Amino acid sequence: MSAATARRTDWRYRINLNLHAVVGRSYPRIVGANREPSWIFFEALLPLLGIAAYVFIYQAFGQAALEGTSDPAARAAINANTNALVASVVLGGTMVAFWLNVLWSMASQLYWEKEIGNLQLYMMAPMNRMALLGGMAVGGMVMTSMRAVSTLIAGVFVFGVVFQVANPLLLLAVFFATLIALYGLGMMFASLYLLWGREAWNLSALMEEPIFFSSGFYFPLGGLLRIPGWGPAVAIAGSFIPASLGLDALRQLTLGTTAFGGKFWIFDVTTELELLILMCVVFLILARYCLAYLETLAKREGKLTSRHQ
Amino acid sequence: MSYAVETRNLTRIFAGKKRRRKRRKGTAEEVDEGSGPVTALDGVSLEIKEGELFGMLGPNGAGKTTLIKILATLLLPTSGQALVAGHDVTKDPFPIRQVINMVSGGETSGYGLLTARENIWMFSQFYGVPSKVSKGRIDELMHIFGLWDKRNAKVRMLSTGQRQKMNMIRGFVTDPDILFLDEPTLGLDVNAARTIREYVMNWVRGQKGKTVLLTSHYMAEADQMCDRIAIIDKGKILACDTPGNLKRMIRTQTTFQLEVDTIRDTTSFLAMQGVKNFSQKDDISKNRSLLTFILEDEGPVAEILSSITSQGSKVHSLQKSEPSLEDVFISMVGRGLD
Repeated sequence: MSAATARRTDWRYRINLNLHAVVGRSYPRIVGANREPSWIFFEALLPLLGIAAYVFIYQAFGQAALEGTSDPAARAAINANTNALVASVVLGGTMVAFWLNVLWSMASQLYWEKEIGNLQLYMMAPMNRMALLGGMAVGGMVMTSMRAVSTLIAGVFVFGVVFQVANPLLLLAVFFATLIALYGLGMMFASLYLLWGREAWNLSALMEEPIFFSSGFYFPLGGLLRIPGWGPAVAIAGSFIPASLGLDALRQLTLGTTAFGGKFWIFDVTTELELLILMCVVFLILARYCLAYLETLAKREGKLTSRHQ
Repeated sequence: MSYAVETRNLTRIFAGKKRRRKRRKGTAEEVDEGSGPVTALDGVSLEIKEGELFGMLGPNGAGKTTLIKILATLLLPTSGQALVAGHDVTKDPFPIRQVINMVSGGETSGYGLLTARENIWMFSQFYGVPSKVSKGRIDELMHIFGLWDKRNAKVRMLSTGQRQKMNMIRGFVTDPDILFLDEPTLGLDVNAARTIREYVMNWVRGQKGKTVLLTSHYMAEADQMCDRIAIIDKGKILACDTPGNLKRMIRTQTTFQLEVDTIRDTTSFLAMQGVKNFSQKDDISKNRSLLTFILEDEGPVAEILSSITSQGSKVHSLQKSEPSLEDVFISMVGRGLD
């Protein structure tokens, strides 16, 4: 072939190519969020209603407990407990945003890309497929962080939640490990959902509420361990979703390990961080293999990259 | 001789839909649903030279898009070999993907929320084109394709023609060496189609080492643009040569066109001695049929006229013509593209 076709294949070129791809694919998510101001209503304001419901219930329980107590120490303990519960809900609401983004905008994304005709253009491009999903994840994280931050702000200013962050670096480490593991899971789901086609939507809907519950989005998951019989089983199953362990660690880091009398935590923060890092590695490796399998299947069957086939 | 594309005995068989036995309501009869394997490509051997504008003509389902998808590394062949830029599509897709791009007619790719310029830029990033270079090329191409005024319009606000121009720019912005164009002017108005045709021809002929594989439904387009044309039907290459040579192949034959009142029974024509092939195009609004006959000589004309008039149909015109690419196609495939 001519010199024109003698292109580069070295690692430096590949890294540059894939970084460009990540930036390229994250762009529509980041820019898209700003172009559709309606997201503020749907993504930031509406979810606050669900959070508010839990907050009001916990505050009502706290108020009822205070009415029968006159001892200042007991009242302080009840107030601290109520604050911890409300803060748990606010943190859960923050992480719900990421989980919903993983489920609806990561897992089902490739199927949607196929429907609008983008997937075959992606599959034909030289970039790594993980870079494509990485771009989607980065864009999703940035976009979803806006909702998460609005939830946190509402938690502090509207619901009067008090957070006590003793170790901000560890908090950041847990947060990012949770996000990477969560989006790694989303990348893995993306290829599986593509294989399942239209059922992907039903599967996403099916996985929404049960995982809200089993991951302890609106209550400390360790509480389930104290319920005899099904409680521990649900808590263990829920722990396979990175958001569960991440949320548990984040709650410990923002409320203190002594909150709830230290009885509602699954593991200590260090163990949970180690497990999250393990999940990051496992899910990203599995995602890579699932995508490679998907691509081979797509090319062999000729059904996955074309629309209406 | 270096080839941009080379296929050897390329075959692609689709498995077809899964067979499912279904009991018909109210009866004991069982219906076998599904379809058997479909051979989309059947031993295709092609050589497309570097710097060539190569056309592929064939009716729907002939295998054109399947071939392009294999060459674009989107589909694996069932058997045979395909080399693009000297690399095997099955074993070594990465270097191929660096040097190719593809644009299909009626494509709806991209994101409606992004502007035309942003969409093209996004796709260029998947090829690692530096942003500055990409934006420069996009602006230049937008001027050439007459899309500059719409550069900041969101994609969902673009018309079909504008969207296809955007797709074409997406194809060129990565500066590919080999470009696959699958019916690129499908559904476009005359001016938009002409702009695209002229740019593609200049792009191939104005630079060294650029190759285009074009599939088209429009005979005149292929005739005007392509250095060589392959005629494909039912997954097989029936002929492959320059448009001039293809026409010369049937110059020994005679082409007649008759405009008649719409006729129903055309089965007798092919049975007539001296009739090599014929096609029929009906114009329902005028209640007329345009019949094109490829004849060995002028002998059967009287018999054809007699057959038409015996059906009560009136002959409005009869014309002997020089063979066109369409006549070549009819001669080989046995029907027109429309």
